[in-house]
Amino acid sequence: MLTVKDLVVNYGAIQAVKKVSFEIHTGEIVTLIGANGAGKSTILKTISGILHPVSGEIIYQDRPLKKVTAPKIVRAGISQVPEGRHIFPGLSVQENLQMGAFLRTDRTAISKTYDDVYHYFPVLKQRRHQDAATLSGGEQQMLAMGRALMAKPQLMLLDEPSMGLAPIFINEIFDIIKAINAAGTTVLLIEQNANKALAIADRGYVLASGQIKLSGTGTELLANTAVQKAYLGG
Amino acid sequence: MQTIGQQFINGLSLGSIYALLALGYTMVYGIIKLINFAHGDIYMLGAFWGYYVINQLHFNFILAMLSAMLFCALVGVVIEYFAYRPLRHSPRITALITAIGVSFLLENGMSYLFTANTRSFPQVIKTVTYHVAGLRISNIQLLILGSACFLMLLLELIIKRTKMGKAMRAVAVDPTAAQLVGINLNHTISFTFALGSAMAGAAGVLIGLYYNSIDPLMGMTPGIKAFVAAVIGGIGSIPGASLGGFIIGILETGVQAIGLSAYKDAVVYFVLIVILLVMPAGIFGKHTKEKV
Ligand SMILES: Nc1ncnc2c1ncn2[C@@H]1O[C@H](COP(=O)(O)OP(=O)(O)OP(=O)(O)O)[C@@H](O)[C@H]1O
Ligand SMILES: [Mg+2]
Repeated sequence: MLTVKDLVVNYGAIQAVKKVSFEIHTGEIVTLIGANGAGKSTILKTISGILHPVSGEIIYQDRPLKKVTAPKIVRAGISQVPEGRHIFPGLSVQENLQMGAFLRTDRTAISKTYDDVYHYFPVLKQRRHQDAATLSGGEQQMLAMGRALMAKPQLMLLDEPSMGLAPIFINEIFDIIKAINAAGTTVLLIEQNANKALAIADRGYVLASGQIKLSGTGTELLANTAVQKAYLGG
Repeated sequence: MQTIGQQFINGLSLGSIYALLALGYTMVYGIIKLINFAHGDIYMLGAFWGYYVINQLHFNFILAMLSAMLFCALVGVVIEYFAYRPLRHSPRITALITAIGVSFLLENGMSYLFTANTRSFPQVIKTVTYHVAGLRISNIQLLILGSACFLMLLLELIIKRTKMGKAMRAVAVDPTAAQLVGINLNHTISFTFALGSAMAGAAGVLIGLYYNSIDPLMGMTPGIKAFVAAVIGGIGSIPGASLGGFIIGILETGVQAIGLSAYKDAVVYFVLIVILLVMPAGIFGKHTKEKV
């Protein structure tokens, strides 16, 4: 579904991503794990068209995403839940969700998606008229995920959805990621919580200093001693 | 008592004009953090447009105002496209200086094309003065207040209820997240300039009717005062801009009424300083408190 080939991304003189290649097949949950500053968010921003690569290719459904703008990437079926949630304060919960469906015009299908989102996150329905800024951190994470779902993506990019959340929320978020995937959305999951991410992932890649160091199935990586040492506290 | 009432009415009329202008400053600042110094000149262009379509094409008032709004919306969009968009990623000071440059261009360009002379604005509507409880209220004052309130309400509806209005608010608070949901920044910014400039265009036609005179430099002082109004109200805040406009209008006529005409501008700036000392973010300004 998505192939990233020899991707290089710079911030001025700093090379944040150095010839990274990986692929995601339709229906999978793929995880990208790595320490702070490894380049994970940079890769996601580049896929979403917020940053532009120096070289390398991103091919989505056989189409290269070169010079494609961020809105067109959303239209093509890739939605991102950004690191740190980035919900829109000042807009109500429902308006935030409406913005998620910004590019859609099919009213009946949109109202069906609202139902799906409220089904995954009933708390959002209760709070739908409330200013999104007044939600708790965990609820904001749910809103950010709900907002991405509103675009009805084929591929969902999640950037550290468990960051800063209490364990009970983390479990819920991971369960919902599995459910979203089971309902037909392919998932690219970025996590520092490598244990949990590898446990639900079909495959994973380990990123360090802008390069892929290891790859394998979720179970393989969980069992890998180097991964255990570096990321699983083992 | 009667003079106070009378000055209040006059202040409301003038305040409506400042409020309409302040909205444009505040919206543009909200979305691209630029103080659009050319905004007062768009108001001047609106007045000249009104002058021409009424004199040459014999438009009635409504048509003159609507067409001035459309014309100014277009001018605002064109200015943003050519002057500000290329500088979107430059330091803010660059765009600010460019805005001052655009302002000079419009003022001097219009002086060159139409001479710097003051022209008398055609009185499409005959002034009728009503006497109510000892106060004089003209139909023009009512028209200004009515049109301004109607336009502000319409703007509020657009921003609060429409999808494009919500997109404007989304871009203003978080442009990157807005792009991630598929909002096109350029379209949204153009839309904002169109709305703000349309309000300025309406204000230009209304002031022509009220003061009966227009000239290429007429936008300078009201432009600065409307900017002050936007700052007092809390730059970026829509209700703040409206309130700030009325405050400045009432203040200015009040100061004139007590015989201090010569100091009316000084008083406006004095109030600006006091308000900013007490409430640095303005009346409706956002308290910069961020959830981490
Ligand atoms: N806007 C920026 N300007 C300059 N350097 C940046 C910028 N954003 C990120 N970097 C640098 O690029 C590298 C990769 O950053 P990135 O945000 O992709 O890391 P990450 O893997 O997502 O880390 P984290 O787990 O902390 O979110 C880091 O060294 C970072 O300092
Ligand atoms: Mg990151």
